[in-house]
Amino acid sequence: MLEVKGLYKTFNPGSVNEKKALQGIDLTLNDGDFVTVIGGNGAGKSTMLNMIAGVYPVDRGTITIDGIDVTKLSEHRRAKYIGRVFQDPRMGTAADMWLEENLAIANRRGRFRGLSWAISAKERREFREMLAKLDLGLEERLTTKVGLLSGGQRQAVTLLMAVMNDPKLLLLDEHTAALDPKTARNVLELSDRFIEENHLTALMVTHNMRDAIAHGNRLIMMNEGRIILDVSGEEKKNLTVEELLEEFSKLSGSEFANDRALLAN
Amino acid sequence: MPFMNAMPGAITQGIIWGIMAIGVYITFKILDVADLTVDGSFATGGAVLVVMVTSGQNLYFAMFCAFLAGCLAGLATGVFHTKFGIPAILAGILTQLSLYSINLRIQGDMANLPLSYMNYKYPITLRNVTKTLLPVDVSKDNEVLYMLTRFCNQSLLICLLVSGVLIGALYWFFGTERGHALRVTGSNLAMARANGINTDNNKIIGIVLSNGIVAMSGGILAQYQGFCDVNMGRGAIVIGLAAVIIGEVLLGKIFHNFALRLVATIVGGIVYYVVITLVLNFGMKANDLKLFTAIVVGIFLGIPYWKAQLTQKFGGKKTGIDGNGAPEEEEVVENA
Repeated sequence: MLEVKGLYKTFNPGSVNEKKALQGIDLTLNDGDFVTVIGGNGAGKSTMLNMIAGVYPVDRGTITIDGIDVTKLSEHRRAKYIGRVFQDPRMGTAADMWLEENLAIANRRGRFRGLSWAISAKERREFREMLAKLDLGLEERLTTKVGLLSGGQRQAVTLLMAVMNDPKLLLLDEHTAALDPKTARNVLELSDRFIEENHLTALMVTHNMRDAIAHGNRLIMMNEGRIILDVSGEEKKNLTVEELLEEFSKLSGSEFANDRALLAN
Repeated sequence: MPFMNAMPGAITQGIIWGIMAIGVYITFKILDVADLTVDGSFATGGAVLVVMVTSGQNLYFAMFCAFLAGCLAGLATGVFHTKFGIPAILAGILTQLSLYSINLRIQGDMANLPLSYMNYKYPITLRNVTKTLLPVDVSKDNEVLYMLTRFCNQSLLICLLVSGVLIGALYWFFGTERGHALRVTGSNLAMARANGINTDNNKIIGIVLSNGIVAMSGGILAQYQGFCDVNMGRGAIVIGLAAVIIGEVLLGKIFHNFALRLVATIVGGIVYYVVITLVLNFGMKANDLKLFTAIVVGIFLGIPYWKAQLTQKFGGKKTGIDGNGAPEEEEVVENA
């Protein structure tokens, strides 16, 4: 479904701030794979997701989604194939637009936007049903400005928007990191449910090793812009946090440094 | 009552500048871009209208061409901003500067051109702004009633009609898929792109539309005052902002609907002109007007910032998400 080959990215090349963010990423996701991504600070996790989403142009390498070479496609063109949820709950929704307007915008991802009405009556009914399934009481708040919702609610809405119209790929970039533990758990369960129900292929960056082990069918670990560990199936299910930390120091020759990960364990 | 006598004219001018302010509203409030092109495109609209009408073209066709000329000016700014990577303010200044030369060329190297009412009989003019259309004959002795009838003059009513049609059209447009794409571009760039919206193109469309409206109002003002002038747009952006902000302060709490917000902008333009007429009447020098306007707009632009500062200092709710802190579940994320 997703094929990343020899992906390199250096920020601010040739300056004192030069940062080799990605140094040769090769990654192939099969249809229906749900891959969790862990790694220390600055390992390149978010950069990898942003590169796949087209936020920055690549230095070298190719990105193919379902046989379509998207390497040179701009971010908004690629959006047709990709659903995204960001770390900051404010980033995935338009705060000063209504809930139903946000959903309608997501519902037209990858389609031409013309001069017909932005929301149809049929859509409104569908939105209400979809929101009811979130169990957050949002189905009664279609004309509430999204900025008035809580962080958890906004993240749930963003998730719903990301899975609309069956994206070929779902990118979750630490989407529970800014939420309190209880809300984070709810949003994570919701992600699981959506991915399963819609048979989505997904990449989820997380700082929480336990989550990384508990969710998905495959786990990759990154360090200094490379993938240093890739486990799946039974092997992944039986992993423990201790084993992961040990594996990390063995493979990278250093301690696992991620301020949030340490707090979370 | 010189002040009351000036009211019909002040209100008509207020509506004309209010129409211009609707153009400013599109860039400033919807796209979140400060577009200074308007200072130039307003005069462009006036120049195109006067030159075309005096060379024998149909008035309405000339108005349409004024609109198109404004659109072109907006296109230049939009391209400077999105394709040249120039910050919006600077892009607008570049276009505005170039428009000074272009406007002089349109006007045949004249700083101003007259548009004779005698020869062309256009509908909006200060000449009829105190002539009531009402079929009643009120004697001048009853001052209040006499003044009230003066408000029903041709220029004022036509300007109201134009703004009504414009607001209706914009209400429709911003309710369409394309209109929503523009709104979301102004609200959240990252989210817009993630949902397949070409933010560059939508910014261009918004700036083009905005300047078209501004130029159209420039055309109307040229008719109203009976001439165009290369300097007639100087400070237009500030007057536009004044109208937008006054409208918001006065009616923002009760007007939530988009169309009503545009109505509030027109009201803002009217209030601005009434206040200007008032302070002139109190003896302020006309030359000091721009200083006065700038100070008022500066203060009003500062109010939301000061409000935020005060709430932060004195026990306002702490903002949630900052990357480290975990907010309470039901805490409202202070919107950006």
